Amino acid sequence: MATQEFTVDDLKRILLEGAGADESVDLDSADFLDSEFEALGYESLALLETGGRIEREFGITLDDTALTDATTPRALIEVVNAHIGQPTAV
Amino acid sequence: MTGTATKVVVTGLGVAAPNGLGTQDYWAATRTGKGGIGRVTRFDPSQYPSRLAGEVPGFEARDHLPSRLLPQTDHMTRLALVAADWALADAGVKPQELPEFDMGVVTASSSGGFEFGQRELQALWSKGGQHVSAYQSFAWFYAVNSGQISIRNGMKGPSGVVVSEQAGGLDALAQARRQIRKGTRLIVSGGMDASVCTWGWVAQLAGKRLSTSDDPERAYLPFDAEARGHVPGEGGAILILENAEAARSRGARTYGEIAGYGSTFDPKPGSGRPPGLRKAIELALADAGATPDEVDVVFADAAAVPELDRIEAEALTAVFGARGVPVTAPKTMTGRLYSGAAPLDVATALLAIEEGLIPPTTNVEPADGYDLDLVTGEARPAEVRTALVLARGFNGFNSALVVRATP
Amino acid sequence: MTPRRVVITGIGVLAPGGIGVKNFWSLLSEGRTATRGITFFDPAQFRSRVAAEIDFDPEEHGLNPQETRRMDRAAQLAVVATREAVADSGIELTGIDPYRVGVTVGSAVGATMGLDQEYRVVSNGGLLDLVDHTYAVPHLYNHMVPSSFAAEVAWQVGAEGPSTVVSTGCTSGLDSVGHAVELIREGSADVMIAGSSDAPISPITMACFDAIKATTPRNDDPGHASRPFDGTRNGFVLGEGSAFFVLEELESARARGAHVYAEIAGYATRSNAYHMTGLRPDGAEMAEAIRVALDEARINGDEIDYINAHGSGTKQNDRHETAAFKRSLGDHAYRTPVSSIKSMVGHSLGAIGSIEIAASALAMEHGVVPPTANLHTPDPECDLDYVPLTAREHRTDTVLTVGSGFGGFQSAMVLARPERSVA
Repeated sequence: MATQEFTVDDLKRILLEGAGADESVDLDSADFLDSEFEALGYESLALLETGGRIEREFGITLDDTALTDATTPRALIEVVNAHIGQPTAV
Repeated sequence: MTGTATKVVVTGLGVAAPNGLGTQDYWAATRTGKGGIGRVTRFDPSQYPSRLAGEVPGFEARDHLPSRLLPQTDHMTRLALVAADWALADAGVKPQELPEFDMGVVTASSSGGFEFGQRELQALWSKGGQHVSAYQSFAWFYAVNSGQISIRNGMKGPSGVVVSEQAGGLDALAQARRQIRKGTRLIVSGGMDASVCTWGWVAQLAGKRLSTSDDPERAYLPFDAEARGHVPGEGGAILILENAEAARSRGARTYGEIAGYGSTFDPKPGSGRPPGLRKAIELALADAGATPDEVDVVFADAAAVPELDRIEAEALTAVFGARGVPVTAPKTMTGRLYSGAAPLDVATALLAIEEGLIPPTTNVEPADGYDLDLVTGEARPAEVRTALVLARGFNGFNSALVVRATP
Repeated sequence: MTPRRVVITGIGVLAPGGIGVKNFWSLLSEGRTATRGITFFDPAQFRSRVAAEIDFDPEEHGLNPQETRRMDRAAQLAVVATREAVADSGIELTGIDPYRVGVTVGSAVGATMGLDQEYRVVSNGGLLDLVDHTYAVPHLYNHMVPSSFAAEVAWQVGAEGPSTVVSTGCTSGLDSVGHAVELIREGSADVMIAGSSDAPISPITMACFDAIKATTPRNDDPGHASRPFDGTRNGFVLGEGSAFFVLEELESARARGAHVYAEIAGYATRSNAYHMTGLRPDGAEMAEAIRVALDEARINGDEIDYINAHGSGTKQNDRHETAAFKRSLGDHAYRTPVSSIKSMVGHSLGAIGSIEIAASALAMEHGVVPPTANLHTPDPECDLDYVPLTAREHRTDTVLTVGSGFGGFQSAMVLARPERSVA
């Protein structure tokens, strides 16, 4: 099992690689962490791709409900770190 | 008005071709015989027996499409989306201003997003199933271009996808015309293929129709004594087809009318029956209500396989008489583009009508015995009112389409 | 001139648990299921490990070794289904101008099995970026371009008229037949051999549907894994299969004394222009396709006796579809039996639309509506009469069958008895 923490920068990088970013959205804005993914322009398919990439990179398996329940970046980061066994610093 | 009396016109063109990205660049190259075939750059082709392709120059997807679309699209879908944008702009159509159920998308595909598929197959077999992208569920499949174009442009009318290898490009335009005749106002149609990837290359090599020449000017020589197969290419064209009355009422500029179409399938090899291309031509002319002497130019399928060239030449002389009509194959400048080829030829025919100029078949010295008036060397000025476009698909698909100048 | 009307005079089906029309109908009318743990390959690495496979031996069905070798499994299924349809119709194709006989083959994913298998070989298990052409099989190009399926079917019947593959994802099976109907109506052909085929049960397909969690992970109970409209549904079961039809113009079918199963009275397809895989819950675009198909058939929504649903068993599909039925048929939707045969034969992507047309025609033929198997737990969002568990005797003169697919395609077809009065 990986022991590396999953950070907000990891999430942004993976989102950009796997799903790009909506032109009207600034991922570096201060509201990013607590914005709904939907408001950030990511629908369920983008989140499935993102989840798959996180699982592969961090060697974890997310529950089926993890992606639907975690509707914001902060919530997703917490879920991922809970799986990795890391406290979340954000 | 609906039904077979409904005229269907082309009001917009979007081109992505190996010898020119965008209609203007493409036509500037094509009218002067400038080709776009060269050594493959998308991968190192050294180890393969065929090493030339027609690749679309200067296409940067991120300059034209939102980044949200890039991870989920194959190269051919990006080309199709951008060509559709250009075709709509050329037609002066803003999709958001039209009723959404009054617009549809009918495209042809030949091999889908093969390059995307290769990447995911490689992920699966080298790393495991969890490494396959969520987008593989649609990004490679044959319906993806119609789906993505309909989504990007909010088009909820009848859509569809036909696959008949190179003949499919005409079959799609015919299906688009059919939908307009049934009452839909506008259909985005055409085809785009781009399988210049190693997996696609190996599959095409297995088809045994690729030229093995390394000389871009000697590799693809339809109707030439040295015909030795074709050079494959990527690209195609997207066209906007509209109900003629609707186009007129909005004051649209029209390139011409889709006037006739016919389609046949060759008999099973060994049956002793004749090939079906001649019949397809006759059906298309009859459908257009046109006599052979009204046809001003034929855009040939131009397989560059001696047997297939002979069949095409014989079909043309049977219908038009020996040297009875100018024949050209501008695809000698692009390579064969599969589902993209015929829509590009239709676009070229419409540009020929507009300018009064038949673009040339480049590099070819017609072989003795074909009895074709092949337009070689330079473009030939001519009044073009009616053009016939032919396309054949691997295994025996024959399609013919007549375009006519609008009065 | 009265428009030409198009009827089904021959049916051929290869479905999981039901090779041939007779066995297929037994499976459906008895409410048995053909879903099982995957046997084609070791599925251990996948999230979903169930499928609806056909126990199919091509040589047993008359394909010679050369045909078996050059054709992808989907093409093999298509050819065998075609033969059954032609034999069933009793039509003498040799007596007809071959240019008046055409072929349409629906397929969503073409030669997926062949491509998956051959890719492994030329890439040496995915190790090579520059895949090796010296290991390619001679028919690899026929796998690359699935138009080869239409060629195989055309060769089989000697057709030389308009022929093509229609590939619109999971509505291909409806759209292929709908396209063929249009060709006969407009006069481009007199007879169409129309149907569809897909054989997608391969590792790449399991992997891609795993990645979007579209297929069910109910691996511990494979026989009851496909649960359309059930409250516990959690994804579809991948299937394979093929169905083909002989379609003829009504008067010429009558003139030769052919048995007529049904008229294909109306058909339409629309797009949701929304999402490649997602569906808006309101079902508006499917409802529009239904409205146009009914209009073309000149049949009122309240005359529909049975709805053969897409019913894939995903959360969003079954909700979307239920909404579309209510939107298009109003209260009549509550009074009409609706069922999904995917509960029994799984979801064979581009093939299932034709298989469902076959089921619809057979429901008319037998006066029996096939059930939705495995439907035990109500879902408040799916509150129609889904004919749970057991088939129902029910006089059926008109059927609505629908499909919904990736790419946003929504298609609807209306089958009716040709002897009904047409205004």
